[in-house]
This record gives sequence, C-alpha cells and structure tokens, in this order.
Amino acid sequence: MVETTRGPTLEPGLRGLVTDLASDQRAFKNVPWSKAMMWLFLLSDIFIFACFLVGYMQVRITTTVAWPNASDVFALELGGRHVPLLLIAIMTFILISSSGTMALAVKFGYEQRRLATGGLLILTALLGASFVGMQAFEWTKLIGEGVRPWSNPWGAEQFGAAFFLITGFHGTHVSIGVLFLIIMAVKVMRGSLAAGHPGFLTRRRGRYEMVETLGLYWHFVDLVWVFIFAFFYLW
Amino acid sequence: MAHGETQQHPIGIYLWVWFLLFVLSVGSYLVDVVGLESYLRWTLITLFMLLKAGLIIAVFMHMVWERLAIICVVLVPPGVLVFLMLLMAIEGNHVLLSRLAYFGP
Repeated sequence: MVETTRGPTLEPGLRGLVTDLASDQRAFKNVPWSKAMMWLFLLSDIFIFACFLVGYMQVRITTTVAWPNASDVFALELGGRHVPLLLIAIMTFILISSSGTMALAVKFGYEQRRLATGGLLILTALLGASFVGMQAFEWTKLIGEGVRPWSNPWGAEQFGAAFFLITGFHGTHVSIGVLFLIIMAVKVMRGSLAAGHPGFLTRRRGRYEMVETLGLYWHFVDLVWVFIFAFFYLW
Repeated sequence: MAHGETQQHPIGIYLWVWFLLFVLSVGSYLVDVVGLESYLRWTLITLFMLLKAGLIIAVFMHMVWERLAIICVVLVPPGVLVFLMLLMAIEGNHVLLSRLAYFGP
C-alpha cells in the first residue's frame, strides 16, 4: 500500500476540502480507509436511529391517550423512597465512563502501551456488559409490570413498542460492541497489533489504528444513548 | 505507521471532556429531579443533549482534528434529519387534530 501525499503539503480549511475531493485516489487525507468506512457505517446508523426516534416522536404526537410518565415508570424504590429515573441515570454514567476509558485506550494504543490499552479495553467491555445487564433488569421489571409492545398499564399503547424497539436496538449495539472490545483486547494483549499479525477473519494486518476505529463505534453507542436519554426518558 | 494518520493528544483534554460529560449528565438528570416543566424543561434537555453530543463527536471521536472533507461527509447528511423531524411533527399535529375531530372521546 502506497502511503504518500502526507504532511505539510495538505491545505487546511475550505480550500483543502475542495482539493481533497478533487484529488486522485483518496478524498479523505490523513484518514485510514478503515476509519473512513467506519464513519460511513456510523452515518448509516445515525439514519436508522433517527428514523426510530422520529417514529417515536410521531406516535407520541398523534396518540389521543396520555403518554406514560417516564419519570414514574422508570423510578426505583430505594429504602422506602421513590427515586425517579435512578437506574437510567446510573446507566448513563456507566456508559459515559466506558466512553472515557475507550478514549484513553485509543490514546495509549497510539503510544504502543500494550498493557494499558488492553486493560482499558477490558474495563470498557466490563462497563458495557454491566450496562446491558442493567438494561436486562429494566426490561424484566417492566415486563413484570405488564408492559407489552401493544399495551401497558399507564397510558398510550405505543409506549411499549417504542421502548422495546429503541432500547432493544441500542442494547444490541452495546452487546456487539462488548464482543468486539473483548476480541480487540485479546489482540492487543497478545501483541498482534504491535507485531502486525493478520486477523483471523479478514487477514488484514494488525495496526493500532484498529483500536481507534473500534473506539469510533463505541463512542457512537454512547452518542445514541445521549439522544435516547433526552428524548425517551426525560422529554 | 505513516506520520500524520495518528490521533495523539494530551490526556488532559480527554479527562476534561469526561468530567464535563458527567456534569452535563447531572444537569439533565436534575431537570427531571427538580421537576421543571414545559418549554424550560425541553430547552434545557435539548441544550444538555447537544452539548454532550458535541463533546463526544468533537473530542472523543477526534472530529475537531479531522480535515474538512470527512467532517462534511459525516455531519452534513444528518442535517436532512432535522427536516424529516419538522415535517413529521407538522404531519403528526395534523393527524392528532383529525383524530380528535373524528374519533374523539
């Protein structure tokens, strides 16, 4: 692979945008193609989640029945006190923390610090897994209280459908992310990225940029949760 | 590894953004705990949401350090989603009014 046209010859700003897009071979300078492809995948994912959230907005606007109060629905009884949205708040902080550890993992990856990177990836995976665990707890609690995609005890029937679809799709993303974090942690720990060993599936040589590409996915999962937290739980 | 392709930045900026995300999350949670209602609630929720999203994209996803070509490819297309949201909101209000007029209680 020829890695040329780097460095100080690249123009910044708007002129750079024009020359980049008009240039031969590569429009996205200074970006490995795997990272550019991850960005394009995330772009498509943005549209999927946006369609779900807009659909949720639509059913919530159009229903003539009162929408269940999320603050009460997701409240927990703690020592006899009624704490609104407690579990959701904890989940939010856990996911933000996992994003923080992921960002540090990417940084230490580029510094070739194998143990720090692998450890942080494992920590990120653990935080992600605990997030999924809490979501499973939340689903169990709500199903036990009689929430179904077609009905619930508190109000508009569409509440259950929107809840299970949106949080389920997000939880699936987190679960897949945890899987890939574990795979990447193993690769980092055994030195496959530093040595440039080919991967077991694609045979592409290991590089520490892979950690950043995986990081993009993980931060995106956190990003989607920011919107779900605001629109579904707080609105 | 070709020089210029790596994203290496001081650790401080990550820790700061991490801290700010915590503060903003506490803020949006407090909106619910305090029980703010109506436009003040929606404005604050949206403000905290956009700030958090901006910080994650800009720093954690390294967008501020990328070239304009990739920034535009990622951030411009989602702009049409704002139009989708507006159109569906208008449509939704129309459907709601029709339901109230013809199937109302």
